[in-house]
Amino acid sequence: MSKVIARAQSEDTLPKLLLRNAAKTPKQIAFREKDYGIWQSYTWKEVEENVRALALGLHKLGLKRGDKVSIVGDNRPHLYWVFLAVEAMGGVAVPIYQDSGAEEVQYVLNHAEVRFVIAENQEQVDKILEIKDGCPSIETLIYYFTRGLRDYDLPFLHGYADVQQMGRELDKAEPDLFHREVEAGSGDDVCLIAYTSGTTGNPKGVMHTHNSIITSAERVIEFEGLTPEDEIICYLPMAWVGDHFFFAQGVIAGFPVSCPESAETLLGDIRELGPTYFFAPPAIFENLLTNITIRMEDAGRIKKRMYDRAIDLARKVGIDILEGRSVGFLDRIRYAIGNFLVYGPLKDNLGLTRVRLAYTGGAPMGPDIFNFYRAIGFNLKQLYGQTESCAYACIQRNGDVRPDTVGPPAPGCEIRIADDGEVLVKSPGNFTAYYKNDEATAETLIDGWIHTGDAGIFTDEGHLKVIDRAKDVGKLTDGTLFAPQFLENKLKFFPAIREAVCHGAGRDFVTAFINIDLEAVGNWAERHNISYSSYTDLAGRDQVYEMIADCVDQVNQDLAKDSELAGSQIRRFLLLHKELDADDGELTRTRKVRRRIIAERYDPLIEALFSGAEEATIESQVTYEDGRKGMMKANVKVRDAKTHAPQRQAA
Amino acid sequence: MSAAAELPQRTFGDTILKVDNISLSFGAVKAIIDVSLDIKERQVFAIIGPNGAGKTSMLNCINGVYHPQEGAITFRGEKRGQMKPHEAAKGGIARTFQNVALFKGMTTLDNIMTGRNLMMKTHWLLQALRWGPAMREELEHRRKVEEIIDFLEIEAIRKTPVGRLPYGLQKRVELGRALAAEPDLLLLDEPMAGMNMEEKEDMCRFILDVNEEFGTTIVLIEHDMGVVMDISDHVVVLEYGRKIADGTPDQVKNDPKVIEAYLGVSH
Repeated sequence: MSKVIARAQSEDTLPKLLLRNAAKTPKQIAFREKDYGIWQSYTWKEVEENVRALALGLHKLGLKRGDKVSIVGDNRPHLYWVFLAVEAMGGVAVPIYQDSGAEEVQYVLNHAEVRFVIAENQEQVDKILEIKDGCPSIETLIYYFTRGLRDYDLPFLHGYADVQQMGRELDKAEPDLFHREVEAGSGDDVCLIAYTSGTTGNPKGVMHTHNSIITSAERVIEFEGLTPEDEIICYLPMAWVGDHFFFAQGVIAGFPVSCPESAETLLGDIRELGPTYFFAPPAIFENLLTNITIRMEDAGRIKKRMYDRAIDLARKVGIDILEGRSVGFLDRIRYAIGNFLVYGPLKDNLGLTRVRLAYTGGAPMGPDIFNFYRAIGFNLKQLYGQTESCAYACIQRNGDVRPDTVGPPAPGCEIRIADDGEVLVKSPGNFTAYYKNDEATAETLIDGWIHTGDAGIFTDEGHLKVIDRAKDVGKLTDGTLFAPQFLENKLKFFPAIREAVCHGAGRDFVTAFINIDLEAVGNWAERHNISYSSYTDLAGRDQVYEMIADCVDQVNQDLAKDSELAGSQIRRFLLLHKELDADDGELTRTRKVRRRIIAERYDPLIEALFSGAEEATIESQVTYEDGRKGMMKANVKVRDAKTHAPQRQAA
Repeated sequence: MSAAAELPQRTFGDTILKVDNISLSFGAVKAIIDVSLDIKERQVFAIIGPNGAGKTSMLNCINGVYHPQEGAITFRGEKRGQMKPHEAAKGGIARTFQNVALFKGMTTLDNIMTGRNLMMKTHWLLQALRWGPAMREELEHRRKVEEIIDFLEIEAIRKTPVGRLPYGLQKRVELGRALAAEPDLLLLDEPMAGMNMEEKEDMCRFILDVNEEFGTTIVLIEHDMGVVMDISDHVVVLEYGRKIADGTPDQVKNDPKVIEAYLGVSH
């Protein structure tokens, strides 16, 4: 097995590491992309050639050190190379979420004073052209896919391949220009501005240097023993710092980064590629499990029984086996049979057979779901971090993984709980500052500690437990602690519930908005002969309300067990008539609830929850995928939930 | 500044297909009566009209399924005699059908592959055995087919039997199969019938992309007036087998005869 090449002190930027890889392991695969039905590979040598051409092409078009370059598009090797090319020339990459609306894009482009934009395709080019008049800093627009752009005769618009061609010509004229520029870069240069989606206010530009990214990535490589033989599939938005972090690990450790053909083919592509290293947000693992559950509900009786028994056994002993604790001989044999008949095929079906390291993070994951994956022998671990710390603060250690904590501080990280309960982080991946926002920087980065805004505690074993966003934690009128996210997550752990928003700060009791999961509830409705025409129709059915009431009741029973939380049982709830959507501004692009916007928009519903009304009327705005807006009017029923007396009195 | 404002005026080439005063009848039923068309290269050319106006019969005449009793059809300057459909296909005319005509049990990939059939040169026996040159040829064709799959954004259903696909996607696969023949002239018979709004918008985009990207001339029959007026360069209106209007979308839209025949008269 080949080892990670040790990094020399002087190799302190990703472009320098690219040159190292191209020199030492030129024939090794660096990037893969499924295209035209097969996996197209690029070796480090080819990547270097491409990056050099692109970098010099950008230079020819006037890119200077410190210039900002935006990248907008799906995950493609050619777009990852833009990061390398821009950094090679001393520029700063400003990736943008590809599904952002024109307004959001315009804000970022203006705030970062972007001069160059590299867009994936016509869709993105059109979006940029639409706002270009409002973005005076943009000088050049480069597109990767030529399709549909043939007739765009604009002087500032260039094809990716044409820019590379310009670069190749410049390379012939000045052969050492590229190396000179790369050498001029230093680890302390800012190379990335990652805009955070932000649950409040405008996005903030988080500046990272080569050092912060490389040192923290290197710690992960060391900690998890990643080698050039590992495989990773990068499919999460390139604008998200975590994705950049994985890509950087690939360049440093020398393992290939693969990109799926399209978002729709992702699951099939994962299966073909067989990654060994895998990251997915909790929502994806939840979806996978929901799909499995739905399919097993529809399976024949024998199969279903076999599955149920095997999963029961796995839940009993699987985690102990994975963590190397002692398990009875008979159970080991049973588990081996279960592995042969159920767990193995299941993992194969998901394409996760070869995975030896899987992370999830970004949001808490239900202990049931988390334990399910670990029980079938899938080494799933939680990761805690924020854009400001390069997504690197806590990692769970093999053999010591708990579903309700995010693990001890990662190597090289320090974590402290402030007096008011806020989690403070000092990580090698600490950001430099927010771009052009000293006020926010001064609030967040104090004496080298990032104030995360998360409320958390350390368990006795030294694991960090994140409870909620500090600013969201409130109190009921009787003084009971109210942690909305904690309650919402408990609700979301039911497959039937996709999203929940709890209210209660400054009120007498707790209430909840619930979004049903159309797929899971739709399947349930089918089996119970309930016909429905749409999401709104299904969410308004009494039978569905009854089913959800059972879920709420279980949460309440659970809460009643804990004297501190018994007061925050959910008294009343309603099922929203529409799904909360990032396009309507109700969620962030990473699917976090924007409480303030929801509270404003659904005020009549909240009033109905607390007033005791049986029904409420709401008119809300919906945004269609193509940007058109429409109004939606609906009557929403409100239900009471059963509450339980606390089971134990507080000591 | 919108991108559209910067686009140059659409330009067309010479006449690619000329239909001169053709008439077609089945016994006493006159399907087409003395109709002439003049279709230019790279045009998007729409034929509209009420049910039974002779639109599909016109397409069938163009690709050689029917032979008009009178008149002549000239394709690429060559006047045609009694041409068979497969000769038309070889000559560069491809089409899709009003009711989807795919091989339901075969995958998307295989269905589009059948569109390349006429271009396969190696012996059928070698093809069956995937032997030597046949294998090499197949790989070339597969590449072309993959380009079409990429173009139509149907990667996710590459290996799905088309019978299991929703209608809108089946239509797209059918377009893919027609494109696989790399036609100069593409005949689309109601490509958007039975689609929802979103599927229609997608299909419009693809039709325009085919036209722009490959320079393919497109003749389409469509009932959705919004679509026709939006994407066509030239519109011809048929009624009871006769041509009642011929011109740009704007001209046709305001033609009183068309309004009467197609959109109804206000009483």
